Amino acid sequence: MELKVNGKTLSLDTDPDMPLLWALRDVAGLTGTKFGCGIAQCGACAVLIDGEPVRSCVTPVSSVSGEITTIEGFAAEDGTLSAVQQAWVDGQVAQCGYCQSGQMLAATALLKANPSPTDADIDDAMSGNMCRCGTYPRIRAAIHAAAKKLAGA
Amino acid sequence: MGKILRRTFLLGTAAIAGGFAVGWYMYQKPYPNPLEATPGEGVFTPFIKIASDDTVKMVIPRAEMGQGMLTTLAAMIVEELDVELASVKTEFAPAAKAYYNSAMLEEGAPFPAFDNSFVAETMRGLQGVVAKFLAMQATGGSSSTVDAFDKLREAGAAARLMLVQAAAEQWGVVAASLRTEGGKVIDPALGKSLSYGALAEAASQRKVPSDATLKPRDQWRYLGKTQPKLDIVAKVSGKTTFGIDVRLPDMLFATVRMNPRQGAAMTAMDDGPALVLPGVIKVVNLGTGFAVIASNTWTAFQAADAVKPQWAEAPYPATTDAVFGKIEQALALGEGFHMRSDGDTPAEAAGRGGTIKARYSAPYLAHACMEPMNATAQWQGDRLTIWSGNQAPTSIVQQAAAVFSIPAENVEVVSTYLGGGFGRRFETDFSILAARVAKETDGKPVQVTWTREEDMRHDMYRPGALCEAEAVLGSDGIEAVSFKTASQSVMASAFGRLEGAMTPPGPDKLIVDGLWDQPYDLPNFHVTGVPVDLAIPVGFWRSVGHSFNPFFIESFMDEIAAASKQDPLEMRLKLMAKHEPAVGVLEAVKEMSGWGTALDAAGVKTRGRGVAFCLSFGTWVAQVIQVAETNSGIRIEKVWCAADVGTALDPGNLEAQMISGIIYGLSAAMGQQITFADGAAEQGNFDNYDAMRMGQCPVIGVRILENSPKMGGAGEPGTPPSLPALANAIFAATGKRIRSLPLSGEVSFA
Ligand code: FES
Ligand code: FES
Repeated sequence: MELKVNGKTLSLDTDPDMPLLWALRDVAGLTGTKFGCGIAQCGACAVLIDGEPVRSCVTPVSSVSGEITTIEGFAAEDGTLSAVQQAWVDGQVAQCGYCQSGQMLAATALLKANPSPTDADIDDAMSGNMCRCGTYPRIRAAIHAAAKKLAGA
Repeated sequence: MGKILRRTFLLGTAAIAGGFAVGWYMYQKPYPNPLEATPGEGVFTPFIKIASDDTVKMVIPRAEMGQGMLTTLAAMIVEELDVELASVKTEFAPAAKAYYNSAMLEEGAPFPAFDNSFVAETMRGLQGVVAKFLAMQATGGSSSTVDAFDKLREAGAAARLMLVQAAAEQWGVVAASLRTEGGKVIDPALGKSLSYGALAEAASQRKVPSDATLKPRDQWRYLGKTQPKLDIVAKVSGKTTFGIDVRLPDMLFATVRMNPRQGAAMTAMDDGPALVLPGVIKVVNLGTGFAVIASNTWTAFQAADAVKPQWAEAPYPATTDAVFGKIEQALALGEGFHMRSDGDTPAEAAGRGGTIKARYSAPYLAHACMEPMNATAQWQGDRLTIWSGNQAPTSIVQQAAAVFSIPAENVEVVSTYLGGGFGRRFETDFSILAARVAKETDGKPVQVTWTREEDMRHDMYRPGALCEAEAVLGSDGIEAVSFKTASQSVMASAFGRLEGAMTPPGPDKLIVDGLWDQPYDLPNFHVTGVPVDLAIPVGFWRSVGHSFNPFFIESFMDEIAAASKQDPLEMRLKLMAKHEPAVGVLEAVKEMSGWGTALDAAGVKTRGRGVAFCLSFGTWVAQVIQVAETNSGIRIEKVWCAADVGTALDPGNLEAQMISGIIYGLSAAMGQQITFADGAAEQGNFDNYDAMRMGQCPVIGVRILENSPKMGGAGEPGTPPSLPALANAIFAATGKRIRSLPLSGEVSFA
């Protein structure tokens, strides 16, 4: 099985039915994508496939043909954080941090589709991502901050 | 304070009094330092390592589960050590007695936080002595900062002094003429300096001074100010290692399925259909369930679904109705124990006014940490290593030593970051299960990951509770009031799970926490707790007894205010007028929320505000919540929160913790409950045990105050007032008084 992940082509020996989440975590060793529920309810496992957010826990690896971006592929080669990551640092968003890969993936997809989202747009785009630590207010602020920065850049 | 039954002391007066005289010497003798220096490195106290290349490493004795402790604890050391906070490295401490938590047990003393009497202080001090003997290295009870505040600053100050003395000796000058800055010892007179790294090895050989003085607050550079979290860049980069991210050479993956009727046996199992699946290595019978070991987690999950087990009956009533029937019975018939027996009971005061009564209930709740339970284990001969995100490493060591009959020295616990804890990871079960599975892998490490369903159905739940409240209302207020709560004992359940641990004697005050310990000045005030004997595993859920009793008392206070036509916020101000921190937080939310000003109902059917107060874990918190009734249900619009923590070490983190606690509480209030059918929890995943989402999240304003003379905790105190404040707001908006949690039983939420 060949997968294009973060600009590299990986060839993985997996069952075609295996969800992308587990192929990434247990076979490819990319543990930044998290397991939360396994039934498309929490968003912890979100990755981007050709820029679109996808729940990797319910996506069979055999169904994936596009370019996959995981949290490990967000920063530039030199380590410079993406605008969304930087907004997350500036706003001190993460608490335990476990849900945050999924949150940043969803936020990145939102900003790509809608460069200046309203609070209602954020509600719509982000309500599939649960955070048990309750970081929602800071996530909202960070998305607005990232939007501003991207617009200025 | 009124009478407090002497036998209600958490650890028993006999145990304390008996051990005290002989124990005092032991208490003063420090535990051995578990850290060993590598060549060229200096180890200073159990908390600081300085390498010759100037790497300064803080050894963090508590779990980092989102509460920001890693950064705050490091800041305490750095403040005195005089190095830059952003430059230090951190690692989690090994399991060792040197890292005991005394503040956690001090909170267990049977005196309310506002009682500063000699007796109360002495009792708290003795609980601290006991903590040292028990040597629990635990993160809980919102106790980390309180416990560490002096200990870690003293460690930093001692290390700094040792470095200064080493430099003075080398230069042949007096130590007092030197100063420190940015990881260097400086001689201003000679214009010379030496880095800590160059001095570390020699300095660490010196005697640890006991006379290092601590900086006064006005000289703090880090404490008292919001600090960027040391782990934030790793956390936004997917680089943080949670327990589930541990990867080791030759590691296998496994999952467990235990009897969903918790504690009962597995009577038979057909593992044939699982064993034929490619990638499955082994199915292991664990007595009360089984494990599947495979080449990856998903295969283990699939294979576990294919196994056909037979489960024995639950050791507790099989349905929610039957479980609550037992609680009901205890409430009606149980004598219970009295944590407050001040003055007249409502029955004795019956002639002095009208009586109001109310019955409240709260359901069983799961913790639902974002990261499902998991741990990794490896046996090398009779030596065991466990990697896990946990809140109590020394308990894991003790439990493993007892379960596997090996010396404690043979057990190593490597603590990782936690994807949420909330009290769930105080338990040792998931770590021990991994070690049991690892017995079957011929020395290979194995990571045991639970499905979300396994996690939710094998939790140590927040116990369900019922409360009967009664008050006599006279012409000038409350003549007498009483509360009686019946619930399972978390202490008995939790200690019952620890091999060889003695269950603390005396009644479990957690059953009535949030009732007896509130600063209401009421001369006739009675609080009774009735432990309910049920075998459902129950545990420490964010704020523990304070997660349900404040809903009972603060709802009832609202009912009293309504019945006596008083403003509920003004009534609380009057009843707590003698306690400055209480007045402070109430006045703050009054002002922040515009309490008393008219609310328009533009765009909605109606709006209302509710207030609640709770003193828990040493922190005084008032909240006002504003809701609107809309066509699609109740919408929580705004929350204002004022918290008095005494000393605010990191205001930004405190704000985040209050918000976190509020959202955790509101999630429960809105819709969470664990119900039982056929002996098993009916909820298994977020589709039927949801939490608040972004679209439901209100705007939350937090103000941190410092009027209280004592430092309080942060991780839990935000939760307790949020549930009653929401119920009270719904009452204000709609006139509907809801006495049962979750509130979704009677209203829907937008
Ligand atoms: S793990 Fe995929 S949505 Fe929860
Ligand atoms: S930061 Fe902990 S679950 Fe979101």
